[in-house]
Amino acid sequence: MIAGPKKAFWFLGIAGLLLAAPPIISTYWLSILTLILIFGILAMSLDILMGYTGLPSFGHAAFFGVAAYAVAILSTRYQVGFWGCMISAIFLSTLVAAVFGLLVAHTKGVYFLMITLALSMIVWGLAFRWVDMTSGDNGIAGIPRPDFGETISMWDEATFYYFVLAIYLAVFGLIYLFLSSPFGQSLKGIRESESRMKVLGYNTWLHKYLSYVVAGSFASVSGILWAYYNGFVSPSDLEITASFEAFLMVIMGGPGTLVGPALGAGVIIFLQNFLSAFTERWLMVIGAIYILTIIYLPGGIMGLKFGWLKRRDKE
Amino acid sequence: MEYWIIQCFNGLSFGALLFLLASGLSLIFGVMNIVNVSHGSYFMLGGYIGYTVLDRTGSFILACIVGAAVIALVGVAMHHLFLRKYSTHFPQVLMTMGFALIFRDLALLIWGGDPIYLAAPALLRGSFEIGNLIFPVYRSFVILVAVLVAIALWLFNEKTSLGAQIRATVDDNEMAQGIGINVQFVSSFMFGLGAFLAAFGGVIGAPFLGVYAGIDFDILPLAFVVVIVGGMGSLKGAAVGSILVGMVDTFGKALVPDLSYFTLFLPMAIVLAIKPSGLFGRA
Repeated sequence: MIAGPKKAFWFLGIAGLLLAAPPIISTYWLSILTLILIFGILAMSLDILMGYTGLPSFGHAAFFGVAAYAVAILSTRYQVGFWGCMISAIFLSTLVAAVFGLLVAHTKGVYFLMITLALSMIVWGLAFRWVDMTSGDNGIAGIPRPDFGETISMWDEATFYYFVLAIYLAVFGLIYLFLSSPFGQSLKGIRESESRMKVLGYNTWLHKYLSYVVAGSFASVSGILWAYYNGFVSPSDLEITASFEAFLMVIMGGPGTLVGPALGAGVIIFLQNFLSAFTERWLMVIGAIYILTIIYLPGGIMGLKFGWLKRRDKE
Repeated sequence: MEYWIIQCFNGLSFGALLFLLASGLSLIFGVMNIVNVSHGSYFMLGGYIGYTVLDRTGSFILACIVGAAVIALVGVAMHHLFLRKYSTHFPQVLMTMGFALIFRDLALLIWGGDPIYLAAPALLRGSFEIGNLIFPVYRSFVILVAVLVAIALWLFNEKTSLGAQIRATVDDNEMAQGIGINVQFVSSFMFGLGAFLAAFGGVIGAPFLGVYAGIDFDILPLAFVVVIVGGMGSLKGAAVGSILVGMVDTFGKALVPDLSYFTLFLPMAIVLAIKPSGLFGRA
């Protein structure tokens, strides 16, 4: 990911289109676009792990879910405002990531994948079983949108869209800076060859650990926005299929490209909403998309070859 | 005291089912270095097919055989038609994930969303008493079956030529290939055997766990925990891990129902902290 005039042109062009969207498209499509941005943040945060550090996580929805539940519980039960919710949710997700990271940061490949999946199931189990706190299977409804005084109504689709877009662009910028920093570059080094990085004197464990925690923090932002967007959270927000969908967004867009996963999120969310009008067999469709992506689009939309996977396997 | 013994017994019978699931998962991992995400789906589909066979023929034995055999074929077909074509492991794992989603939806389409309970064969219904403790016959049967399967697997793995080939492939895939072991065949066989065991577990587990669209992903993480705790590619690890996870899960649900899944975190965290490769795994 090198900054260049061409990249900047694309970036400004797309940002411009996104800014201009509300007056042009209907509120229905605006709400879909909002959703795409929200899941775009999730996919980009997963890409930090999958694409840049080379750690495939099957449990990324856990952080998304923890943050969404934090917002739901704090805002409905304790009437905490937006900033309080946001800070607590990010803090809580980061804390969970910091604890889980201790268990997973020394592993890699399929082993990493298995442990992250098992850990996310434990978080799901809490959402499902800890009824006093989470209302269990019923979920928590009636989450109010953030309140910024009387002049700005977040219930207005366009206003909420701009709110999400602002956070989206900020997150995109932050992740971009994080990945272009020397730290981000050393993550790529670990992806390419961990043993070589070790020999060069890098503390690869710490790098992987921090990458996991940072990815968890960014995922929480998407969870917060989801809770506000949907007004309702339930255990299905963090079940395994949710993690699989995030995974597919990254694979489909092209891991290690940042923009790709955001595009992947767009394609998946669009298909989900578009196809639900015609068929109830969404799981089958997404399963088929999976298999077809692996067969025909191994590098994702961004068209990169499966290089990072091949190299990893050779070790 | 009686309460604890009964809970232990329940934990053991659940562990027995987990063993049927996790032993295949672990060996597939050992041979091919992939995690088969559709392994829980085999368990679920086995239960459903067993239900349909039982419904039509009334024979529980036939339900077990047909359920397990059909899914074994599905497993071999998946390996032969899709997974085999990829030389790297990662696309293979992702593909099994796609299949898992398709299988779930297929089950919903064919059998609907309501949970189904299989009737245990008449011979195995009811309970027996030891002292003043009452044990259900069926759960004892499940434990017995799992023990027999474990012994058979161990004998097969240690005493037969194919078992030796499997062990060689687990140890060093490339060397095994080099000395003329047909690794493709071993992988296909392992996939079939793993699917067979998982589906068999699905059928014999159905009288007390039930079958429903969703049990696939409910049970898969438990099997993962078994393999993480026991160590990958190790039969002994799968056995010890299954009993441990079965116990922890059962006691967790009985003692702290609110945090029941969370109790699984503990054994996993402890094992990962002390021996990251699992109790019987090799680093």
